[in-house]
Amino acid sequence: MNNDQGAFLAENSQSDAFVEFERVQKSYDGETLVVKDLNLKMPRGEFLTMLGPSGSGKTTCLMMLAGFETATYGDIRLDGRPINNIPPHKRGIGMVFQNYALFPHMTVAENLSFPLEVRKMGKSDREAKVKRALEMVQMGQFGGRRPSQLSGGQQQRIALARALVFEAELVLMDEPLGALDKQLREHMQFEIKRIADNLGITVVYVTHDQTEALTMSDRVAVFDDGRIQQLAPPDELYEAPQNSFVAQFIGENNTLDGIVTEMLSDRCIVRLDDGSLIDAKPVNVTSVGEKTRVSIRPERVETRIDRLGEGAHTIKAEVMEFIYMGDIFRTRLKVAGNEDFIIKTRNAPDQVRLEPGRQIEIGWLPADCRALDAT
Amino acid sequence: MTDKSSGPMLAADGTPLKRSLSRALRMQKVRALLLIAPLLLFVVLTFLAPIADMLFRSVENQIVSETLPKATLELADWDGDGLPSDAVYEATFFDLFAAAERKLHTRLGTRLNYEETGMSSLFRRTGRKLDDFGDVYLDQFKKVDRAWSKAAPWAEMMSDPDWLAGQEALGRGDAGPPFVLRAGMETLLPRTSDAYQTFARAMQEEDDNPADEKPWATVHIALAEDLATQDVSTYTGPGKDRLQATAALVGSADFETLDYTAMFLDINDNWGDTDVWRTIKLYSPAYTSGYFLNAVDMQLTPDGPEWRDEREQIYGLLFKRTLYMSLVITLSCIMLGYPVAWLLANLPTRQSNLLMILVLLPFWTSLLVRTSAWKVMLQQQGVVNDVLVWLSIVPDDARLALINNQTGTIIAMTHILLPFMILPMYSVMQTIPPTYLRAAKSLGATNWTAFWRVYFPQSVPGIGAGSILVFILAIGYYITPAIVGGTSGTFISNRIAYHISSSGNWGLGAALGALLLAAVLILYWAYDRIVGIDNVKLGG
Repeated sequence: MNNDQGAFLAENSQSDAFVEFERVQKSYDGETLVVKDLNLKMPRGEFLTMLGPSGSGKTTCLMMLAGFETATYGDIRLDGRPINNIPPHKRGIGMVFQNYALFPHMTVAENLSFPLEVRKMGKSDREAKVKRALEMVQMGQFGGRRPSQLSGGQQQRIALARALVFEAELVLMDEPLGALDKQLREHMQFEIKRIADNLGITVVYVTHDQTEALTMSDRVAVFDDGRIQQLAPPDELYEAPQNSFVAQFIGENNTLDGIVTEMLSDRCIVRLDDGSLIDAKPVNVTSVGEKTRVSIRPERVETRIDRLGEGAHTIKAEVMEFIYMGDIFRTRLKVAGNEDFIIKTRNAPDQVRLEPGRQIEIGWLPADCRALDAT
Repeated sequence: MTDKSSGPMLAADGTPLKRSLSRALRMQKVRALLLIAPLLLFVVLTFLAPIADMLFRSVENQIVSETLPKATLELADWDGDGLPSDAVYEATFFDLFAAAERKLHTRLGTRLNYEETGMSSLFRRTGRKLDDFGDVYLDQFKKVDRAWSKAAPWAEMMSDPDWLAGQEALGRGDAGPPFVLRAGMETLLPRTSDAYQTFARAMQEEDDNPADEKPWATVHIALAEDLATQDVSTYTGPGKDRLQATAALVGSADFETLDYTAMFLDINDNWGDTDVWRTIKLYSPAYTSGYFLNAVDMQLTPDGPEWRDEREQIYGLLFKRTLYMSLVITLSCIMLGYPVAWLLANLPTRQSNLLMILVLLPFWTSLLVRTSAWKVMLQQQGVVNDVLVWLSIVPDDARLALINNQTGTIIAMTHILLPFMILPMYSVMQTIPPTYLRAAKSLGATNWTAFWRVYFPQSVPGIGAGSILVFILAIGYYITPAIVGGTSGTFISNRIAYHISSSGNWGLGAALGALLLAAVLILYWAYDRIVGIDNVKLGG
């Protein structure tokens, strides 16, 4: 890290947010906004994931933070100081790219040594740091290899080591595991998380893989249409989505469309399209007569109503399809005219397998049934 | 199943796996070969064969020993001091006479003129006058029997009767089967047989019947010589009386003989010049290093190769100039082409397509048009000079000489060869993802460091490929230097073209070409050693 940067970081360390986006907008063509009014504060040491479908603006945000794109409007602050006009090479932010971007004409050690060389570090210091960084990612013996001689997972580790070797406090990762197979990806998720926690670095991680986001992050920012739809820790995101998009995007979800007919203190009554009435927890519905989309997680639906406590809501359903998946059973039902109502049941010894065509009764707790916006 | 690791692997039917694999692949190989066969054949016939033939010409020198077969044999014994013996002159007379009759002496004269000026006219004049001298013998023979001056008596005496009978049945303009000598003639009249055979073959070559043609003077001379040494009393064939009477004449004291040396000196004084004979002797072998020595400003002398006079040394200068200018052109192409290639690879598709069209545009114009356009642009009253004068950068009375010199050649050729540099560089740069530059910058490198340490090394294979392409094209370039090069901006290829099309000295042209080819191959080899040919990419 270069000296002015270090001094400046120390001076501003009392600031509460380490990374801060304030009313940031970005447009490429002057006609449409790719990022709309982005506000985000990140404390030091946080692992934040930007999650969203492609084109949602998450990568643009990352590139603005790295300095490869300039914000059309608004401020981006790093440790209290606006960095909009600081070129990327002076920001001191480590970055791991989607395809690693390891320099093919340099050996692994030369790749790692590069950021130290451009910081005019002495040879012995460089060697020590490169060695330590390689050991941190358990690639100690690979210093003399060329990137092309390494497997995908090994290249990934080297890219990580290179982003960390110059002791950046903020590391950006742009879908770093996208090119790996499933097993390796899961392994690397833990690895990255472990290293980030050990070093205490702040990480902004971009992915479109929700499992990755949920398992690794302290907080997840769900992006859609250039806005953050919800910024919350993984459990809250999953269990208490604040709008239909988040509910749909994170995990599997059943939806039933209807109209609010009654607002009570802690619940509301929704009349579904086929006329049946259900209880739901109002999240972003406020008045009677409003259209709503009710969301229930498949694993919160119970086929044996006796297991649910007081206040459970029940409804009739017809079994359409039964799929055996090993650890769980996945059953497709027809509920209130919706033929794609999925329930998941654990493959427990006393669990029944439902044959298609059978009429059953299902139930859920009103707290798990969230009345969201009808988009 | 047991693993038979000791023996060869076997296929399912028990044949060795290697053999059945190669059998399976053979069909594919044959098909692949058939697919390229037309092109291969075309290349071999129209490209490789002519090149091989041309290269062969750079050492081939059979013309001397073929045109002067007897003289070259006689000259082998000559030590190179003083004038050769009368026997050499005699052999030369016979050879030249035959050559002159077949109009071959001028070709030899032209060939030897490359080595020694004056040879061409010497041979041409000598050929014209040889006829006048042979008649000394015929005139004396005619006193014995006028039949010596006719065709038929000669034919009867010299030919095999069966062959002659066949010849009589032939019509005009029909040469008939090859001439057959009468049995025993070879031992009886060896020189005459030889001379007559040469004559007969030459006649038949021109589709004339030897039996109907009067023999050349060489035959008469040969007969006189034979009669002086051979005993013809045993001869019993046709014209035996005439032959024996003539033998008596030749044996008599008042028979006038010919002094060949005097005759040649009488035709032309140059035949008394030792250098003429030295040159003939020097170039009498069938293969010569003379052309190659000429191509490197040396010459063949009786004492071995020697440097030419400094005033006559031009090829070394031309080779050096060609290499130097090709290098300058290659470097200018790199300097001008690199930024363009970079833009091509990094601009948005729409703009880069437009730029690509601009780069390729010159290919749609004739090379001659482009070169001629430079002539218009660069001449003293041309566009460039006019603009410079108008801008007062250059005074009107000191306009720049931009054409008909090296500057002109370098400017025009850099322009013409630029696409060959840009395209390989572009195709390599296209494969370098922009993320490398971003990665370098995120690691703290300035724009320049990121370019120089990360981007540039990866684009080197493109520079290598472009440089090889441009350099090799430049080194053999011909049209542009010929048009805009004047005298100081011409290449070795212009000299080769001159020898092939104007001077007719194909051997020297071929030797220069072979040297140029060798230079390119050596440079290619050196490049491979220094940079590595694996580091050359045309894309991908």
